[in-house]
Amino acid sequence: MEQHNTATPHVLPLSLYFTVAGTLFVLTGITVAVSFVHFGEFNIIVAMLIATIKASLVALYFMHLKYDNKLFMAVFLSSLIFLGLFLTLTMTDTMHRGDIDPIKEHPIKKEAIIYDK
Amino acid sequence: MSVATTANYLNAEKGIKSWLFTLDHKRIGLMYLFAVMTSFFLGGVFALLIRLELLHPGQDFFTADTYNQLFTLHGAVMIFLFIIPAIPAALGNFVLPLMLGAKDVAFPRLNLASFYIYVVGALFALYSIVAGAVDTGWTFYTPYSTTTSTSVISMTMGAFILGFSSIFTGVNFIATIHKMRAPGMTWFKMPLMVWALYATSIIQVLATPVLGITLLLLVIERTVGIGIFDPAMGGDPVLFQHFFWFYSHPAVYIMVLPGMGIISELVATFSKKKIFGYKLIAYSSLGIALISFLVWGHHMFTSGQSEFSSMVFSFLTFFVGIPSGIKMFNWLATMYKGRITFEAPMLYTIAFMFLFAIGGFTGIMLGAISIDIHMHDTYFVVAHFHYTMMGGTVIAFLGGLHYWWPKIWGRMYNEKLAKVAWAFIFVGFNVTFFTQFFLGSQGMPRRYYNYLDQYQPLHMYSTYGSWMLGVGFLIMAYYLIYSIYKGPKAPNNPWGALSMEWQTTSPPIQHNFEDQPVLEHEPYDYDTRMVVNDELIKKEDVKEKEDINV
Amino acid sequence: MEQAEKHPSYLQHHFADMAQQTDAAKLGMWVFLVTEVLLFGGLFGFYTFFRAWYPEMFMEAHKYLDVTMGTTNTFVLITSSLTMALAIRAMQLGKKKQTIAYLAGTLFFAAVFLVIKYFEYSHKFHMGMLPGKFYTFEGIQAANPHIFFSVYFTMTGLHGIHVIIGMIIITWVMIRTMRDEFSPEYYNPIELTGLYWHLVDLIWIFLFPLLYLIG
Ligand code: HEM
Ligand SMILES: [Cu+2]
Repeated sequence: MEQHNTATPHVLPLSLYFTVAGTLFVLTGITVAVSFVHFGEFNIIVAMLIATIKASLVALYFMHLKYDNKLFMAVFLSSLIFLGLFLTLTMTDTMHRGDIDPIKEHPIKKEAIIYDK
Repeated sequence: MSVATTANYLNAEKGIKSWLFTLDHKRIGLMYLFAVMTSFFLGGVFALLIRLELLHPGQDFFTADTYNQLFTLHGAVMIFLFIIPAIPAALGNFVLPLMLGAKDVAFPRLNLASFYIYVVGALFALYSIVAGAVDTGWTFYTPYSTTTSTSVISMTMGAFILGFSSIFTGVNFIATIHKMRAPGMTWFKMPLMVWALYATSIIQVLATPVLGITLLLLVIERTVGIGIFDPAMGGDPVLFQHFFWFYSHPAVYIMVLPGMGIISELVATFSKKKIFGYKLIAYSSLGIALISFLVWGHHMFTSGQSEFSSMVFSFLTFFVGIPSGIKMFNWLATMYKGRITFEAPMLYTIAFMFLFAIGGFTGIMLGAISIDIHMHDTYFVVAHFHYTMMGGTVIAFLGGLHYWWPKIWGRMYNEKLAKVAWAFIFVGFNVTFFTQFFLGSQGMPRRYYNYLDQYQPLHMYSTYGSWMLGVGFLIMAYYLIYSIYKGPKAPNNPWGALSMEWQTTSPPIQHNFEDQPVLEHEPYDYDTRMVVNDELIKKEDVKEKEDINV
Repeated sequence: MEQAEKHPSYLQHHFADMAQQTDAAKLGMWVFLVTEVLLFGGLFGFYTFFRAWYPEMFMEAHKYLDVTMGTTNTFVLITSSLTMALAIRAMQLGKKKQTIAYLAGTLFFAAVFLVIKYFEYSHKFHMGMLPGKFYTFEGIQAANPHIFFSVYFTMTGLHGIHVIIGMIIITWVMIRTMRDEFSPEYYNPIELTGLYWHLVDLIWIFLFPLLYLIG
């Protein structure tokens, strides 16, 4: 009713699908290769960057987000935003224990009982 | 003229199968209503038993262990089986498509599936009662929940399954609201109840999966011992609380937002005035939904989370007050100079505004770290959340139930008895729970079956109050059930309301409307329109006639 | 004629037209995918918080995951996503046989994924790299290595369950395709299955570097 009519199929050219898949293969290769080089902190950033690009490709082309109702994109992005909120706000705790009031005991027993046996 | 002869959704198809396999949102809504009312009764019985034990200090009726199981069952049944589905899945299911001028929800089969998933979840939860009832409290905090010998797994699996039922309702409502609105009904011409259900669905969809994974992790922790919540294995029990409250704080808005939606409808209808600040109320529903995800740490001020975290969460908590306040003031402004009539639904509306204000203010108090450190896990908290959940949601639910009752059954209930029951519930509620604010601030801890003698008088009043509540609910059960069979026939639009669900017959026909309705006026155009004997008329048309003077 | 066109059998009575039905179904599916993301989100949280607490342990423990198998599986899953997308495209063009072939291909790659996963799992089981209290492996020096394997097994396990569910649904739409239920006018169920399957792929795209390629 509102928005555009999605009942008539929107057929994408074959070449597009193969290009996307090819790019995904190449990116997978790159991310594996990069992981063997040590950048320290940087590794995870590169890995996540590549994963995000790959995920975007899948979402935009295979899942047709680029061509479909933009509402779907908003819906999907909202899940990532709320996941981000969950992680960030929880880490205001997990990353800041003992900042103000130093913890006397170590909060987590480093050597778990599992090794006591 | 008589109810029996006109075809409607109640009599169009007969036999038990036509109910069990129905795809009609109205029938599914009714089955949900039956289920949640049964749960409410069960939870209520547990509540009365808890209060009975607390009548006197010392062990009177139950052992400490049984008491722990009682309050856990009371909490879990009330939360997961009653209050979460009560307004959206039962009343919302019934009225949402009608309000939108649609024939049904977007996915009728998913709707039925959601109901049966609810039933399966409920069976799991109830099975836990016979399999050694859980005693962890409805919050299932680790490490106790991973070590107690009671049937945690069956109860948590029940809650896990119930989560899916809730998610499916949310998915369904979102698609319905986006795609099934009648021609002419733009977003800002929807009834505010629809906005509230929309915001609720968003929370259901975004928060419930996290509860699902949390409970799954709890079950795995209990069975396999993956160590995530176990400090001895390098895990962290406080993490469980983060996971749990990431769902459960937003969940309190799953409970109350639809209640606020109902109140928005009732305030306008019974004040016969255009709702004040329509857009603000609509946006504030979304605002509450958003903010509700940012404040969960206020349940954890004493848990050992970092001080930084507590400050952030405390700060963010105060923001919830803004959209809630916006709603409250807009409702008051709607009532101002309105032609208010005091039928039962309006009495519940007023009770809601009064009680939810108390619940909300005490919530803001508890959001302040310095107060919460003292009040945490005392009866002050118990009183606070009963003022919001029962004084807020349950009261709004009852208001909505009375309001739509004639639409659902095509029969009127007994207004006099309704007022009597309302009085019992209102007074009983305050006697039961206002006393608990005092108990809590004097130091009475929560979840104890025994207490010092000094608390005896207040506990006694609280228990007397719970009996008044019980009487109120019995009266209500009587006149509501009686009205289904013997009540006088209800007109199509007994309250003179303008939203679409009142434009069809009472009870509605199977496909809701004879023809696809088209929106001709906004849901709160009481300034220009009125309803006389089910007939919608423009006020200007009757200006000439006398005594129309407003 | 007009009437017959307006109400084909696959148009449910409560919708006005196909556009409304399709759009509603897709929206519903996307909203459902949101719930899937957040379901996995809890596990991504599990991963993130513990990785931040025990960076060295994660670094050391992840070396025991087989990068070759993980990479192969990534290729396999991406290929299955491609065949899934192509299955939908084929049905858009009304090529029923192609659709069935592509769906079968998707099923095949999904099965390959699970077989490889099985070999990975059994190797871990054999070495005693089990989650939590069943962990017996002694080769890792850093504290609490069992946590890493708890994360590994819960994340890949939940993902694996999704693969299995996906296979069941794909089989189901394949049977429906064989029964001639779909056409270029109506192929919505295949499309929704595709969305679900791509999400399973999406999640793996993140799981793979997070678990196998830590620094
Ligand atoms: C007849 C009215 C009710 C009475 C008399 C009542 C009474 C009580 C009592 C005495 C407790 C135990 C407090 C403690 O020791 O910690 C309790 C806990 C609780 N109640 Fe109610 N209640 C009523 C209605 C409700 C309703 C309608 C809801 C929600 C829909 C609700 C939700 C809860 C919850 C969540 C708990 C916490 C359980 C726990 O500690 O795990 N109650 N109630
Ligand atoms: Cu809260």
